[in-house]
Amino acid sequence: MPQIFPRVSNMLARVGLLAGLLLLATFAWGSLVYTRSSYGTGRYIRVVQPIPFSHQHHAGILGIDCRYCHTSVEYLPFAGIPPTKTCMNCHSQIWVGSSTLAPVRESYRNDRSLLWHRVYNLPGFVYFEHSIHVQKGIGCSSCHGRVDRMPLIYQAPSLLMEWCLDCHRDPARHVRPRKEVFNMQYEAGENQKELGIRLAREYGVRDPFHLTSCSICHR
Amino acid sequence: MMHEDAPSSPFPANDEYDRRRFLRLMAASLAMAGVGGCSVQPAPPEQIIPYVHQPGEVTPGKPSFYATSMTFGGSSVGLLVESRTGRPIKIEGNPNHPASLGATDPFHQASILTLYDPERAKTVTRLGMTRTWDEALSEITRAIRDQQGAAGSARLLSETIVSPTLGVQIQAFLKAVPGTKWHVYEPIHRDLARRAQQLAFGRAVDIVYNFSKADVVLSLESDFLQCGLGNLRYASDFMNRRRVRTGLRDTASARMNRLYVIETGVSATGVKADHRLAVRAREVERLARSIAARLGVVKESQQDLHYDKWVSAAAKDLQMHQGRSLVVAGERQSKEVHLLAYALNESLGNVGRTLHYIDPVDLQPAERTGSLVELVADMKQGCVSVLIMLGGNPAYTAPADLNFAEYLQKVPLSVHHSLALNETSYRSHWHLPESHYLEAWGDGRAYDGTASLVQPLIEPLYSSRSAIEVVAAIGQALSTPGRELVRDYWRQYWQEHRRGESFRQFWERSLHDGVIAGTASKPSEVKLKDGWQRHLSKSLSEQHEDRASELDLVFQPDPTVWDGSWATNAWLQELPKPLTKICWGNAAMMSPDTARRLGIAAGAYAHGGERGGYHMPLVELAVNGRTVHAPTWILPGLADQTVVVYLGNGRESPLAKGEWPWAVGFNAYPLRTTDRPWVAAGLRVSQLDGSEVIACTQCLYSMKDREPVKSYTLSQYRQKDLPAHHSEMERALEESLYEPFQYPPPQHKWGMIIDVSTCVGCHACVVACQAENNIPVVGKREVAFGRSMHWLRIDRYLSESADQYGACYHFQPVPCMHCEHAPCEYVCPVAATVHSADGLNDMIYNRCVGTRFCSNNCPYKVRRFNFFAYADFDTPVRRLQYNPEVTVRSRGVMEKCTYCVQRIRRAEVDSQIRRRPLRDAEILTACQAACPVDAIVFGDLNNQHSKVARWKQQPHHYGLLAELNTQPRTTYLAELRNPNPELPG
Repeated sequence: MPQIFPRVSNMLARVGLLAGLLLLATFAWGSLVYTRSSYGTGRYIRVVQPIPFSHQHHAGILGIDCRYCHTSVEYLPFAGIPPTKTCMNCHSQIWVGSSTLAPVRESYRNDRSLLWHRVYNLPGFVYFEHSIHVQKGIGCSSCHGRVDRMPLIYQAPSLLMEWCLDCHRDPARHVRPRKEVFNMQYEAGENQKELGIRLAREYGVRDPFHLTSCSICHR
Repeated sequence: MMHEDAPSSPFPANDEYDRRRFLRLMAASLAMAGVGGCSVQPAPPEQIIPYVHQPGEVTPGKPSFYATSMTFGGSSVGLLVESRTGRPIKIEGNPNHPASLGATDPFHQASILTLYDPERAKTVTRLGMTRTWDEALSEITRAIRDQQGAAGSARLLSETIVSPTLGVQIQAFLKAVPGTKWHVYEPIHRDLARRAQQLAFGRAVDIVYNFSKADVVLSLESDFLQCGLGNLRYASDFMNRRRVRTGLRDTASARMNRLYVIETGVSATGVKADHRLAVRAREVERLARSIAARLGVVKESQQDLHYDKWVSAAAKDLQMHQGRSLVVAGERQSKEVHLLAYALNESLGNVGRTLHYIDPVDLQPAERTGSLVELVADMKQGCVSVLIMLGGNPAYTAPADLNFAEYLQKVPLSVHHSLALNETSYRSHWHLPESHYLEAWGDGRAYDGTASLVQPLIEPLYSSRSAIEVVAAIGQALSTPGRELVRDYWRQYWQEHRRGESFRQFWERSLHDGVIAGTASKPSEVKLKDGWQRHLSKSLSEQHEDRASELDLVFQPDPTVWDGSWATNAWLQELPKPLTKICWGNAAMMSPDTARRLGIAAGAYAHGGERGGYHMPLVELAVNGRTVHAPTWILPGLADQTVVVYLGNGRESPLAKGEWPWAVGFNAYPLRTTDRPWVAAGLRVSQLDGSEVIACTQCLYSMKDREPVKSYTLSQYRQKDLPAHHSEMERALEESLYEPFQYPPPQHKWGMIIDVSTCVGCHACVVACQAENNIPVVGKREVAFGRSMHWLRIDRYLSESADQYGACYHFQPVPCMHCEHAPCEYVCPVAATVHSADGLNDMIYNRCVGTRFCSNNCPYKVRRFNFFAYADFDTPVRRLQYNPEVTVRSRGVMEKCTYCVQRIRRAEVDSQIRRRPLRDAEILTACQAACPVDAIVFGDLNNQHSKVARWKQQPHHYGLLAELNTQPRTTYLAELRNPNPELPG
């Protein structure tokens, strides 16, 4: 009985298999890169807001405390977005004619809320608690970056679950003294390792086994 | 036992799939699922909308609780309502309120869904056309003014009113327009008791029972644990006397009360009885009389051979507990039974000890049926020129012989004020939208007279007004807001009763506490009139002989949709009725013997097997020439020769075509007449061709040989004659292949215990769970497929030893067991269900790929799968109710009880912020919080002093299917009953 396939088909089959494997690997690599890219995660993207509010100016240069606007950050899951009234506390006195602030004045006058676009946007099945992080000595800048240097706010971390777990698996690396939580300039010293372990114990930070339980964040 | 044939094929015969089509569909769905799972970015973009001026009391993300109260069925119950950023989302009981003590019933829980019902009336309408309030009020007031002096008059028809402010407004209206009359009608009424009170005391009274002092209770078809005034409080007080917690050592000191029940249907109270007699409706009176005769209350020597032993044992027990016993007669019983109950309580010295009489809480205690008969007679004669109906649905609920709906259309001007359009609204000229109680100011009085305020949690969603505002506007042309009217009433009260505080202090304290202090009614001195015996019927036995072979039709309110007023509430429609486990509909229920005699065959399983649907044969029920078609249902434990039907189903669809989801079941009102409101004798049942699918979440009654519910007697308990469940569970622990998890003490180890003894099967926990955890409703078809989504179900079983104590049913709430060796965890291919560090069996929706392997491997069958996108993501007003702390699940995801993990995490975080340890009972799961009888207890097993840890040390503690070595975290306390030793099993 004659051969059905010519001899070269062996070669073709081998090349084909190899090419298939390569294609699969490339696809896998591509999708990993894609999910971590800022296009996939929204990282570093400056969202256009109704007012080009500058955290650099307010929090950095003027030195207004985070909690002046984000009032519930210490005791609620949601840090709080200030009502228009908070803006008008100052801006009824200063920059009263600024065209940039026109939407704020309009909101105040017409009793219509400003519509901000959420920058740190977690999926619906993730329940993040600001309060507990602040209480356990995780600084604002640990997650939000140097907000005092951001003229326009952007998402500093990737917000992928691996980023959350990175800290939940070893919280001591990021724990700082409670009084430094709102300090944007705080830098971890060389003794962070010992300090972190000591503070984690003092603040009652749970062990990684607890912190990585699914229902800590998902419910 | 019935229903034990093998399930029929799960696929409909006409739906054929060939192999190619099947493969094609599989390939397509695999590909689609893969693509559907991907999204370009992890979360859809969102907006943040802050306030312009943030109100001081609102902080986004922080729940606040407000005290209010809900009036239903003629009394008011205090509630605490959780509000998030101005949206009420969950209802809890008010621990300060005497009728609640922190508990709720299914109606309270489900009322939040009615607030957000998209079918609520949104505007004033005249014959279906949108109008304004001003137009409506001016036409109505003009019509009332014009009729003055003419032949006709204005009439007001309301349901039972217990709101003092509304009462004052109505009186003012009646005074302002001479000739006006106030009629009251409600289909679930107490007419027979009221009639007996007139004969016994010469006036209407309300009875307040004190079950905490009663050692022996005799119920003459009273379902005091489940419905009626004060039911939550009564259940709590009664079950406090049945909770045996002696520990292992002093079991001999255990004490329990004892309950005798004589009834026709099967009620929750009957299920919890130590001795229960199921007798035909008219025999209740004979037995009550026998007991009374033995106690010397009536002079006659009736010997009742059949039940002689039972009757004399019960009589003796009552005699031995004079002043510590209670005789309770149910609303459906004849006036004679009520008279006997009053006389028995008086002669046993119970009045003033275990019960007292108060002036009626109801502002118009006239007989309901009589009041409606009078109105209809006037309507017939054309004497009614304007009819204003506040709430209710008389066109649907009125006795059939009155033809209310027909005469309603003859009234020159009819006005209906209600939450949503119903049968009565369509037949009226005007419809005025009513404010939900969470949107309006008001007040109400509880079963014992305690007044509480109704405080709105939200501005009216639509242009609606409360009854108080409507009556004030019509009667006195006042456009005063409800708040002022209610405040004015209570300001007057305060002026009369001031106790050294300003009105503002009094008002704010009353609002905050949810109870107006010191308003409970004082006991009123009433004396049984001499010669009350004259009103008893003469010769009972003859009557009985004559009609022995006749069938009785017994009407009962539906346990979930009540008189039909809750029929448009999806949570309550889907809630299984406690005994039959039927949802979305009703059936003509009869005992197995009666069914056999009538030649009604047991049905066959529909799709969904024993937790799905059942095909039941259809019958025609005929009483006095009135007929109704109904599917049948066989319910063991019912009295023979009796067919029981629930009212409130089979509502009329307002749509000309298309399916109205609430028109399920059959309407039994057409069989109900003015003279026979509860029992109609002379029923004829004839079989029809065909059958109907009934959605039933537990078709089987039998426990087979596994005994999921363990039941013992008190004497067995005292003698420690209980099988050693403890050792069974501990042995299993040693025999494990897996390394056990460790939970070192400073950390928590969550656990739950459920007391089967005290559970009355009210299903408040099931609705509470649904409200808290955003559990979707699936509809009749899906339930019949076995796809009901409740995370917590209440199983009911029938003992094999059914007649041992005369009480044969058991209730058993079954949530997720959070097994230590969870069978679901071992089989999940994607680790979507795993153990948490504190011992919870976590379910992670975003990981779940929907293999359903976990559900297959779960021996408790507590996992629920979203076969379709059941959750409502689209209706804007419906979405307002969702609990923001819990994910709303979509299609293809498994879900199950989480022990309300959102509440656990909230409490943990709060305690850490305040830097103090978590206290026991700080976390109440939704089911536990709703439970009136403390049957569910959740807590930390690592805390030796916690309630749950202490209860788990009791000798009657056991684990469900513990022999499978799943090591459940949710365990049970066996049922204990206290039968009379003189009555053999």
